[in-house]
Amino acid sequence: MTEEEEIKKQTLEILESRSRERGKLIPILQDIQAKFGYLPREAMLETANFLDIPESEVYSVATFYNQFRFVPPGKHQVKACLGTACQIKGGRIILEAWQRELDIKMGETTADREFSLERVACVGCCAMAPVTVVDDTVEGKVSPTRVKGILLAFDLAKQKVSKKVKKAKSS
Amino acid sequence: MKQSTVKLSQGAFESIRERALVEWEALSNSPKPHITIGTATCGRAAGALEVLKTFKEELAEQKVDAIITEVGCKGYCYAEPLVVITKPGLPPICYGYVTPGIATRLISDYILGNDPCPEFALGALEENELIPTIFDQPRFQYEKRILLARCGDIDPEDINQYIANGGYATLIKALGMAPQDVIEEITRSGLRGRGGAGFPTGDKWQICRDAPGTARYVICNADEGDPGAFMDRAILESDPHSVIEGMIIAGYAVGAAKGYIYVRIEYPLAVARVDTALRQSAELGLLGDDIMGHGFGFEIEAMRGSGAFVCGEETALIASLEGKRGWPWHRPPFPATEGLKNQPTLINNVKTLASVPPIIDRGAEWFANIGTPASKGTAVFALAGKVLNTGLVEVPMGTTLRKIIFEVGGGIPNGRKFKAVQIGGPSGGCLPESLLDLPIDFDSLTEAGAMMGSGGMVILDEDNCMVDTARYFLDFTRKESCGKCTFCRLGTAQMLDILEDITRGEGNPGDIALLEELAADIKEGSLCGLGKTAPNPILTTLRYFHEEYEAHITEQRCPALVCPELIAYYILPLKCERSCDACVGSCPVEAIFSGKKGIKVIDQEKCVKCGSCLDACPPQYSAVIRISPVSELPPSEPRPPDKNGKD
Repeated sequence: MTEEEEIKKQTLEILESRSRERGKLIPILQDIQAKFGYLPREAMLETANFLDIPESEVYSVATFYNQFRFVPPGKHQVKACLGTACQIKGGRIILEAWQRELDIKMGETTADREFSLERVACVGCCAMAPVTVVDDTVEGKVSPTRVKGILLAFDLAKQKVSKKVKKAKSS
Repeated sequence: MKQSTVKLSQGAFESIRERALVEWEALSNSPKPHITIGTATCGRAAGALEVLKTFKEELAEQKVDAIITEVGCKGYCYAEPLVVITKPGLPPICYGYVTPGIATRLISDYILGNDPCPEFALGALEENELIPTIFDQPRFQYEKRILLARCGDIDPEDINQYIANGGYATLIKALGMAPQDVIEEITRSGLRGRGGAGFPTGDKWQICRDAPGTARYVICNADEGDPGAFMDRAILESDPHSVIEGMIIAGYAVGAAKGYIYVRIEYPLAVARVDTALRQSAELGLLGDDIMGHGFGFEIEAMRGSGAFVCGEETALIASLEGKRGWPWHRPPFPATEGLKNQPTLINNVKTLASVPPIIDRGAEWFANIGTPASKGTAVFALAGKVLNTGLVEVPMGTTLRKIIFEVGGGIPNGRKFKAVQIGGPSGGCLPESLLDLPIDFDSLTEAGAMMGSGGMVILDEDNCMVDTARYFLDFTRKESCGKCTFCRLGTAQMLDILEDITRGEGNPGDIALLEELAADIKEGSLCGLGKTAPNPILTTLRYFHEEYEAHITEQRCPALVCPELIAYYILPLKCERSCDACVGSCPVEAIFSGKKGIKVIDQEKCVKCGSCLDACPPQYSAVIRISPVSELPPSEPRPPDKNGKD
């Protein structure tokens, strides 16, 4: 099965449990993104077909909302908060630190697909500003040094795994 | 006939309530130590889950039989993670800033031993002779908790704890009243919408009830998009049933059978807790057909908002619920007469709905006695930014800004000076020190050029640049403008361009007049609240902090030393300790090197102006300073070539 066929099959599985109401478009897209991490073209086409609405309308709605992504995200998602409280406590500096350390711009994914970087408007943890959400962990009171530390922790975890794999292979 | 149905409903609910009370009593009078840990999002960000894990593992290892409950947020976000330990016969003691290490100490010294570790305690939660109570703190002189009353005390994932603390009894009371009487009670209470605009809630309900239609809907607007506001999140995470109960009462009053809670997807925990709460209410028959045998049916569906700020605007929210782009429409028709699926739709904010049960329970007069003549009840603010006690605050309307910021909030940290308070997010404004004695309510804030908004209150100190703050908000509204109205879409972009020029030191003398002109046009030419209020942050900063704009434009100087293009970091040679390497190690881009005699020097070419060196330089030296305008930077020695030949 090609990748497209696989996406199509999994999308149909999501659609199966849904009613064909126009009002369900956003929840359906949310489910699809939860499954694939982004909205694949094939999945959007299937959704248009399922709800019997023009493909352009699905795309129009999907592109309106900040939540939806159209390229696969990195393995780890970094979301730098730029809410008001984070802003006045130097959120911009933290975002710059992420961009510098990952060597990508906001909205991009690293070449090795390990990390993607986004900004969020506010995660509601203003008391812990500046905040960055890494995968599902909310990191409070982040500093440029902490950014390096977080990345180092991922690096170490990865090295550990690869060492284990090597060990398993050699034994 | 009516009499008998009321009896039936009370009977069915009474048995549910008794069961909940028995459970609650058993918990309160348990011979085991009881530990509650606040695991709302703010607690989690501070490490509450690791603390929870430590308690679970340590207690299991030590074979201590204890009860551990996860609760929501008490609002003392500054002191998270918060832990409350109750030992049988002793007052509950609240501990703040708990780490896994402190948790281990609390287990060995207090739970297993007899030392309540007052050094880690914020205070006791009941009067006692051991340690002072938390209520002795000045903030409690001013606070009045109605909406936050249960937050952080009960397990938000256990409906019985809500019921045992008075929950859903008001719903049963309301179902025994005529719907019109419920509306009149709300009208007499003087409750105004907590979403920002302050429209009288009772009037809205009446309009919705009177509007012709084949169906009616109730929507809870929990699309709390204001950056800097988090009270709706905290309430949904800590006491979700209070909102659900308010929604059911609203549904009964206006004659709706279906409700929606629209929660932002950025709040995953709130979404999960609302889902759990809805399931539990339905299981007990408090939602669904024929609630408690009263003949009134109501169901609620939770919808996740997809991250568009404009969807906090009611007509855009409805478009989004219908699966469309979140484009607002021109009002009238107002949603109360023609909303979701073109039917009468009541949209209320989380806090408005959560205010309903206490009003019906204690009566309109009680509520109307709190607050100011035109703004009744309490206001919940999310305090953030440069203030000591960041977190949630609930005070009667009419409390002055000074009391909120300095008494409840504890003032400005690090001995810095207060500069401004930003109220109401991107729609609000920045108020200066001269307005600190302003008693806040809906109308006084609007007069001052800000607005209540959803209640975000961000404190700025002398280290914050007002031009940069205005630029930040405009950048936000420009990104979030849905694009329907030209003035909002292009006008905000124009204003942002001008502001960016100013923050880069490329402003022109005519810019301020141009900004004022654009602001007036955007207000007039935009359809919805987003565009109409987008210029507020600029207008208030221009009004109260005019001289900062002037300094940027005419002197290329940022008085608060913030705007990166207008400042430079510099190490004072006479103050540098030389043998200390703190700044060198802190610099993320290796811009600092040891010059002649070991004095540290910043390579201005490499410096990214992140301020790490300023934070790292030990306070006894304070050798790192910022200089603005950049033209005043003294010449510094060039970087010597690297001895190892590496660059």
